[in-house]
Amino acid sequence: MPVAYSLPSGLSPSTVANISSLLRIGALFFVSGAAIASRLFAVINYESIIHEFDPWFNYRATRVLASKGFYEFWNWFDPTAWYPLGRVVGGTIYPGLMATSGVIYNVLRWLNLPVDIRNICVLLAPGFSAFTAWSMYMFTKEMKDESAGLLAAVFIGIAPGYISRSVAGSYDNEAIAIFLLMFTFYLWIKALKVGSAFFGTLAALFYFYMVAAWGGYAFITNMIPLHALTLLFMGRYTNRLYVAYSSWYAVGTLSSMQVPFVGFLPVRTSEHMAALGVFGLLQLVAFTDLVRSHVSSKQFQSLLRYSVAVLGLLGALTISAMTMKGWIAPWTGRFYSLWDTGYAKKYIPIIASVSEHQPTAWPSFFMDLHILIVLFPAGVFLCFNELRDEHVFIILYAVVASYFAGVMVRLMLTLTPVVCVSAAVALSTLLDRYMDPTEPEDTSVPAQIETESTSATEAKTPSKKAKKTGAATTSTTDSLDAVISSIIPASPKQKGIFGVVPRLVVIGNVVLMLSAFVAHCTWVTSNAYSSPSVVLSSNNPDGSKHIIDDFREAYYWLRQNTPTDAVVMSWWDYGYQIAGMADRPTLVDNNTWNNTHIATVGKAMSSSEEKAYPILRKHDVDYVLVIFGGLLGYSGDDINKFLWMVRIAQGVWPEEIQEPQYFTPRGEYRVDAQASETMKNSLMYKMSYYRFHELFGGGAAVDRVRNQQIPAPGPTLDYLDEAFTSDNWIVRIYQVKKEDLLGRDLKSANAFTHGKKRKRGKPLPRRKALP
Amino acid sequence: MAGPKGTSVSSQQKGKAGSSSVPAIQAAVDSLWKSYNDTTSPRLKLIDAFLVFIMLTGAAQFLYCILVTNYPFNAFLAGFASSIGQFVLTASLRSQVNPENREQFKDVSPERAFADFAFGSIVLHFFVFNFLG
Repeated sequence: MPVAYSLPSGLSPSTVANISSLLRIGALFFVSGAAIASRLFAVINYESIIHEFDPWFNYRATRVLASKGFYEFWNWFDPTAWYPLGRVVGGTIYPGLMATSGVIYNVLRWLNLPVDIRNICVLLAPGFSAFTAWSMYMFTKEMKDESAGLLAAVFIGIAPGYISRSVAGSYDNEAIAIFLLMFTFYLWIKALKVGSAFFGTLAALFYFYMVAAWGGYAFITNMIPLHALTLLFMGRYTNRLYVAYSSWYAVGTLSSMQVPFVGFLPVRTSEHMAALGVFGLLQLVAFTDLVRSHVSSKQFQSLLRYSVAVLGLLGALTISAMTMKGWIAPWTGRFYSLWDTGYAKKYIPIIASVSEHQPTAWPSFFMDLHILIVLFPAGVFLCFNELRDEHVFIILYAVVASYFAGVMVRLMLTLTPVVCVSAAVALSTLLDRYMDPTEPEDTSVPAQIETESTSATEAKTPSKKAKKTGAATTSTTDSLDAVISSIIPASPKQKGIFGVVPRLVVIGNVVLMLSAFVAHCTWVTSNAYSSPSVVLSSNNPDGSKHIIDDFREAYYWLRQNTPTDAVVMSWWDYGYQIAGMADRPTLVDNNTWNNTHIATVGKAMSSSEEKAYPILRKHDVDYVLVIFGGLLGYSGDDINKFLWMVRIAQGVWPEEIQEPQYFTPRGEYRVDAQASETMKNSLMYKMSYYRFHELFGGGAAVDRVRNQQIPAPGPTLDYLDEAFTSDNWIVRIYQVKKEDLLGRDLKSANAFTHGKKRKRGKPLPRRKALP
Repeated sequence: MAGPKGTSVSSQQKGKAGSSSVPAIQAAVDSLWKSYNDTTSPRLKLIDAFLVFIMLTGAAQFLYCILVTNYPFNAFLAGFASSIGQFVLTASLRSQVNPENREQFKDVSPERAFADFAFGSIVLHFFVFNFLG
């Protein structure tokens, strides 16, 4: 057999096996290193702190777990969140993340490595990304072979789509969830392939861990039944499928109900009914299969098939009837908005208001996945070519996840793994072909040519591996033959790759592409995804970095200069940060479980001072905190979020708050002199622009976010006192005044102090004491 | 692999298809029963007996839940899920040790199947006891 380039001969098979496994271990080791190192930009550039909003709560809960122990954490009632109501934390969170960090913390202490819990929380996501890379390796190994597995591990290690949710400091549920997702899928595929209840039970155990860790477990609950159902419809029922699915479902469902936040949902809600339905269907099919093995009558078999169809239909009808009757809860809003994309905007503004819940734009696919998004369809196509049972899973996963990632930005995260797997399959198929040194023989059958070796490293042992796998995989790549033969000029008799040069050209291109991928990932990670939102940075003209640390300045002011029971009101975005950094009770926070309470805050922010004051007093609010970016050009401030406050408040009090009143007559949202009266009188406007024009010393006060000029006199405040304004005016804290000692209206009392005469003729109504 | 349902489900079949062609169905069921008795090994019959027993306990719990009360719902779910789970695990074991399925389970010897069964059952019952509350 002619070869394109010669390989060292005389190596014993065990040497080859040892070297290739050493290379694999080394590669996985370096992939883990790259995955961890590329997530540390934020820690090295700034400091080791928790980013974003949600992680602050997770961090706070983890601190409780670390300091007080597991049982205290499990039964933790937090009286400082949702101030008058409090929050049962143990029953309203997914405790997997905190428990994981708690275990790591205790193990490290047991090893006499007393690491601060904050550092564990900060570095948990990079650590788990290494596990993710490994689980991707295992998963892709089941799909194709080790070489594809290594490629997939490299891809997921540095793909920005996953890094964006798992940089150091991003202590969010997704940090461990993607590892659990892929590992559960790996175990499921393994269980399906082997037909072992052991792997099925392990899959159920990791599914349990996943349920405890992330609300996205519903993805697994629906993917696995979808896979099983598709296999059934394809006529690929085997007893292995029965064993794998039944053991997974029976143990997994029961275990998922142990998480208090999930509770009885797996038997009560529509999201989980697919799994139950497929479970029932599988029992019927299995029974039919058994009966069929005992009788031979064709008529009887068809009758059984008929009854299976009838029973399946009956089951589906029962489930839908139960849904209609209300015994099974219908889709929750969050899930429903994935199907009806206009639903959230219309009915649940609080879901639509989150920026992560917007549809994804094209550029972000390329930004997050670079060449992988191009290789992704090719990999899916190759899966179609071979179409073993596990390839069906990849295809389904690809279709479902692509749809969801198109609907919602944050679901890009679940798409990334399948893109990596499928791109790795595509690329490693290509490399297999072009690294294989076997030259096509003169007039032989084309089947001889595309002998695939099982891994890139083992491509150096041409004949042995090739003989083993060549026959099995020839049919898979017929369509590629056509492409290759059209590219490479060859006589019609001889198909294949001749000589070293074409091989080098293709491999060189692949290497180039992969290096571009690495460069792109590093660039995106360092520039786009590695900035703690707590600390803002800007560049000075000389290139040095200027750090804007207003958030912590203000939160620490609250922490040090206010009584510990002072209630702080802010928009819900900042609830977790206030509780985490300022350690003060808040009215609402990022866990948006009580819409009315949020609407109350929205109403207080969007009504006039006189109307807002009773609300503030009734809720014992001592401080009101607003974020204002007008001086610095920080666009994520409360004026830009103001319309959502109005909308959410309008949903509850439609006759008191009306969105159109906040627009100019021409329908524009303005803050300058043309702003509507309601807008100018709203508490949010007044708090944001209070004394703003003084900064400009008589000049025009320009809001640098809206690029509008604020009218000169500026708003005045009667019911609130400015308590603190941070360095760059980003955070402004106001103290709510107590009732006037003389029982006067605060407005008139204020007017009196400023020496204004009370107007005659229109007696002001006396404020009554609050009940 | 609901093997033991041989009797119970076949009666169900009778009732269901009774309207169309009763004698044919009757004959088919008889031949099924006979074939089952003749070809099934005693070990599988033992497993089937166990399956019937589990199914009866499950049915009893379900009836109690419907007729009397589902009040400690977690207790009902734990008990019922233990029945269901044990049933499917045993049925899995049955299909794994069934000599007819030998070629489908190349990697699973009967001994390993039993170890899998034991592992799955232990995990299942750990969760059952935890959920009983």
